[in-house]
Amino acid sequence: MPEDNQYIEVDARRLLCPMPVIRLQDAINEVAIGDLVKITCTDPGVKNDIPAWCNINKHMLLSMQDQEYEIIITVRKENDD
Amino acid sequence: MTRKAAALISGGLDSLLAAKAIQQQGIHVEGINFFTGFCVEGHTHAIRKKDKAKPKRNNALWVAEQLGIKLHIIDIVEEYKDVVINPKHGYGANLNPCLDCKIFMVQKAHEWIQKKGFDFLITGEVIGQRPMSQRKETMPIISNESGADDLLLRPLCAKNLPETKAELEGWVSRDELFGFSGRSRKPQMALAKQYGFEDYAQPAGGCCFLTDENYSVKLQDLWANRGEKKYDLDDIMLLKVGRHIRPEKSYKIIIAREEGETRFLSGYKKQFQSIKTINYAGPLALIEGAELNEEQIKLACAIIARFSKGKNADSVELTYSSAGGDPRTIHVKALAAHEVPEDWYLV
Repeated sequence: MPEDNQYIEVDARRLLCPMPVIRLQDAINEVAIGDLVKITCTDPGVKNDIPAWCNINKHMLLSMQDQEYEIIITVRKENDD
Repeated sequence: MTRKAAALISGGLDSLLAAKAIQQQGIHVEGINFFTGFCVEGHTHAIRKKDKAKPKRNNALWVAEQLGIKLHIIDIVEEYKDVVINPKHGYGANLNPCLDCKIFMVQKAHEWIQKKGFDFLITGEVIGQRPMSQRKETMPIISNESGADDLLLRPLCAKNLPETKAELEGWVSRDELFGFSGRSRKPQMALAKQYGFEDYAQPAGGCCFLTDENYSVKLQDLWANRGEKKYDLDDIMLLKVGRHIRPEKSYKIIIAREEGETRFLSGYKKQFQSIKTINYAGPLALIEGAELNEEQIKLACAIIARFSKGKNADSVELTYSSAGGDPRTIHVKALAAHEVPEDWYLV
């Protein structure tokens, strides 16, 4: 992870749609442009919803990994709009 | 100067079309979607195998993508409780407080546009579309009681209603709005075709669990057995999952019906007592309510064993765990079907 940017983790396990997206949205609102948010989810629906949320809000989805029943997604904040 | 409108986006066809109609008039549109905890989403269905064919997507996000607009998803779970518990205009056929819900959402959206400097608010309401909240006489009630008044524009049925500020100020042309009414979906489908939308959420089934009879029965049961009309987010999530059986007023058993539900319920093992079959394939179950005594543990285990592969065995081994506690082994014989009274089942 870049050293000059903040990096925060969000635990969205057990939460069903759209709560993981709301948690991500809240976290992105708290950090600065360029900062990263890593969110851990268990609802497979996030594989569609978080990319969609990033797309419409113009943030960068950096990675999405499956680990057994967990999905770990990292997003970089790209704007303050 | 580009005017700005906030659109209430449910994810259904009507809100999609309403937002598109206003975008077409050169207005900057952003979407608002409220999360109440009772929202019916593809993902909730996707816990169960039978619903695997349904798309795993949040329809509001999908609609925003189709429109190319921002979507602000707002968590109103806490504030919404008062709408569910004390609806001024009462409930519909089940525990659905549709009119109060609409007033509340428009009120919150009105507060949002004032804070964010937007000019007006739009919804996908159509006169006569819904028996409780979308009638000619409820339209002014929603506008007035929400405080939005003439800042609320309903593009799909605007021609059947008095002019709003957006029309009077010339921000939008009334001629390019619509006069839909009634329960027919044909005008909306024709407009969707005109706009080039081929895929959209089907309107049948509603977007809220409170309109569902089975769900409402379980919520009523929760309130009745707690002695007060209260709930938290975990309560209303768990009402969506599993088979619910109440042997006594003091506790209820929530039994997973398949692997997806087992996985979901296992996330609650630190908060709830839990029971799992060991020597036969069977479901995970949570106990909602008071700590069970020995007799109740045996009864709960015998009920749960009935839904395992050991239902005809002489003895089934299960583990019982208190909330977050270590499991201990219990042996029981499964109850026969006729030994579980019908009125213990909450649909």
